[in-house]
Amino acid sequence: MRKPFAITLDVGSSLANHTGTWRTQRPVYLDRLPPCNHACPAGENIQGWLYHAESGDYERAWRELVLNNPLPAVMGRVCYHPCESACNRGRLDAAVSIHAVERFLGDEALARGWRFDVGVPDSGRRVLVVGAGPSGLSAAYHLRRLGHAVTIQEAGPLPGGMMRFGIPKYRLPRDVLDAEVARIAAMGVEIRLNHRVDDLLAAMKAGGFDAVFLAVGAHVGRRAYLPAGDAARILDAVSVLRGMEGDERPQLGRRVLVYGGGNTALDVARTAKRLGAAEAIVVYRRTRERMPAHDSEVAEAMEEGVLFKWLSTIKQAGDASFTVEKMRLDDKGFPQPTGELETIEADSLVLALGQDVDLALLDGVPGLEIVDGVVEVDANMMTGHPGIFAGGDMVPSERTVTVAIGHGKKAARNVDAWLRGERYVPPEKHALAAFETLNTWYYTDAPQRVQPTLDAVRRQSTFDEVIGGLDESNALFEARRCLSCGNCFECDNCYGVCPDNAVVKLGPGRRFAFNHDYCKGCGLCAEECPCGAIAMVPETI
Amino acid sequence: MAMQPVKFYQTGTFTVGNRLLDESERSVQANMRRTNSLNSGHRACQGCGEALGARYAIDAAMRAAANRLVAANATGCLEVFSTPYPETSWQVPWIHSLFGNAAAVASGIAAAMRVKGRGDVRVIAQGGDGGTTDIGFGCLSGMFERNDDVLYICYDNEAYMNTGVQRSSATPPAARTATTAAAGPEPGNVFGTGKNLPLIAMAHGIPYVATASVANLRDLEAKVTRATGIQGARYIHIHVPCPLGWGSAPSDTIKVARAAVESGLFPLIEAELGEITDRVRIRRRVPVEDYLRLQKRFAHLFAPREDTARIALIQAIADRNIERFDLL
Repeated sequence: MRKPFAITLDVGSSLANHTGTWRTQRPVYLDRLPPCNHACPAGENIQGWLYHAESGDYERAWRELVLNNPLPAVMGRVCYHPCESACNRGRLDAAVSIHAVERFLGDEALARGWRFDVGVPDSGRRVLVVGAGPSGLSAAYHLRRLGHAVTIQEAGPLPGGMMRFGIPKYRLPRDVLDAEVARIAAMGVEIRLNHRVDDLLAAMKAGGFDAVFLAVGAHVGRRAYLPAGDAARILDAVSVLRGMEGDERPQLGRRVLVYGGGNTALDVARTAKRLGAAEAIVVYRRTRERMPAHDSEVAEAMEEGVLFKWLSTIKQAGDASFTVEKMRLDDKGFPQPTGELETIEADSLVLALGQDVDLALLDGVPGLEIVDGVVEVDANMMTGHPGIFAGGDMVPSERTVTVAIGHGKKAARNVDAWLRGERYVPPEKHALAAFETLNTWYYTDAPQRVQPTLDAVRRQSTFDEVIGGLDESNALFEARRCLSCGNCFECDNCYGVCPDNAVVKLGPGRRFAFNHDYCKGCGLCAEECPCGAIAMVPETI
Repeated sequence: MAMQPVKFYQTGTFTVGNRLLDESERSVQANMRRTNSLNSGHRACQGCGEALGARYAIDAAMRAAANRLVAANATGCLEVFSTPYPETSWQVPWIHSLFGNAAAVASGIAAAMRVKGRGDVRVIAQGGDGGTTDIGFGCLSGMFERNDDVLYICYDNEAYMNTGVQRSSATPPAARTATTAAAGPEPGNVFGTGKNLPLIAMAHGIPYVATASVANLRDLEAKVTRATGIQGARYIHIHVPCPLGWGSAPSDTIKVARAAVESGLFPLIEAELGEITDRVRIRRRVPVEDYLRLQKRFAHLFAPREDTARIALIQAIADRNIERFDLL
């Protein structure tokens, strides 16, 4: 080529100049563990399903959700959502209303008839699950998905366990529960109702089961010794709530005392109001701050007119009156009697002092260790007897539906490994996506969507559901409030802010890659990544 | 504001792209097929704000001009790091002549295009603050007053960085440069000096003047796009932090630029025919300290003891901008 005067070289591209050699540190993409996922007792990949919900792909979101939890419509209603307490967005404006989106997805799935698929061939192994509560249903679902034949034996007349016999209808409508249980049964899980297991080993042998998961729950109401007159009407909370599921509703009277400070006490008091009690009074020996009941439950009970008598114990029960003693908290926070007595007129007293486990079915099973009325299990949810696993309220742990569902999943994975002669090793967890790893500049302020609430009059006279669901547009808005902590959401920031075009965009769903030929290691991409999904690591020489 | 409204998506509303937005509503920089006008392999420092700003601006202009674009370049960092003979990083027709004549060269190109009947070709002149506010100012003012059909883009890194960080008329007060040492009773650049070129450009009554920042990509792209579509002389002044000259961390380039905008020290405005038509409101106001502390050129304001008097003077400049341009 003829060149102009004084020009001796052809024009070249700067691509020949590999500026990557300047680098002393390199960016790496990573996934961190979002705090919501970390806090979820059922081990849901919350950030993962919100990601799909954000784009309006609700079915994909639901399918991602049910990989870990088969009961989203129930869970979105009754879970006390520790995920939201952990949510990083709570430090910006307000936490993402995860439970409301979960409930929306769960309801959407029921309305549209989405089903579970099994996906793997039958393993030929048979597993017995004792108890059709949250943990038993969860275990059965996960075991079925792993290809095993599952039979649930349930002592009660209906499946659901404490979700049916402990949680009132106004918090969990029964059609929702029934539909989610039916979906599990439709996978081929056999649920035998009214089948109490009296002798576990005999039942295993008779059914030819290779392993068993025990989840009988804690259904025996704890009693307290109270000097009582002959006609004193004293009931226990579990029986009252169970009675609500029968044809004859419990007779509590016009003025009801409830003794206890847990969620069950509030459930009973709120139920009593709906049954027509003029006054339902919760008697608790400590203060509101020390009450184990969840704050939202206390607030809702107060809205419905439930009365509280703090720092009080019941001393004696008469025919239509009860003697209450004032308490005071000592230095360590323990309630101590003061000797001050008071008489309260009431038609009945309901004891909500906790529940115990009926362990009769375990008589004669060797190797089991029972401490404080619950069955000890190892890190793999197995009892001291090989092949017998246990979970839910009957093992030492926090007693919530969500924890129970998590137990079911964990036990299923361990049962599966055990059946193959292996030990389940959980995958390693990513490092936590702390708030400090985020660049929150890039997120808009967006107020939390509020769920509708039933009006006060209907809350005091009917068992209609108190909290309503979000509509589609609000659920979508709420899902989009997610910050996607620690996981790339393809915002293109790294691709945009690189002064050296050293970030390669791989296309929708495929994220990005670094071109190390040109990356100078400035760290702008890591600094400007909103969700903290890029880290800078030193180059080795 | 000419900027297209971004839909209200909470996840990453202010990010470069957004998978939830329609393709046509995403930024130019989010596009997998963006021009990459200033390609990889250039010799700019790590975290260079000017290299970033130039790609942002020229990519947006390329899209707005349907890839029919010629760029003239003044001497300066941008020219030196992008085009060491015989290599170039530019993927657009590009010409370099002298330090001070980029505006004149561009005027000539525009005239030639008019004569050739190529009204579809858009002409850009670009340079740093030295080539624009000092050395090329005569040619630039001439281009403005003749209303030549050129878009002039100034990448303002507030000193002569390529030659070793000497003061320019865009260097802010108190900043340390090689020629304004942090010594004596009034350390750093003297207060009350320098010039504000966007306001001078406005005084020429040209069709369009705007300021932009690498910290606000959507705004920058909207302004370049708008300017590309206007006939006559146009001027865009882009704030581009220089990690080397400012003594900031290479990873903090955008953070520094953002602090300049959010403190009010660098207002983002738009003007037509000499009148201000719009401004970008401050989203999360910060004190000027947040901007100054990130840069070693202002280190003498904080050590050995805090120079509260001078910091207050700089805060007063920010406050005046906020009031004058209605930034809150």
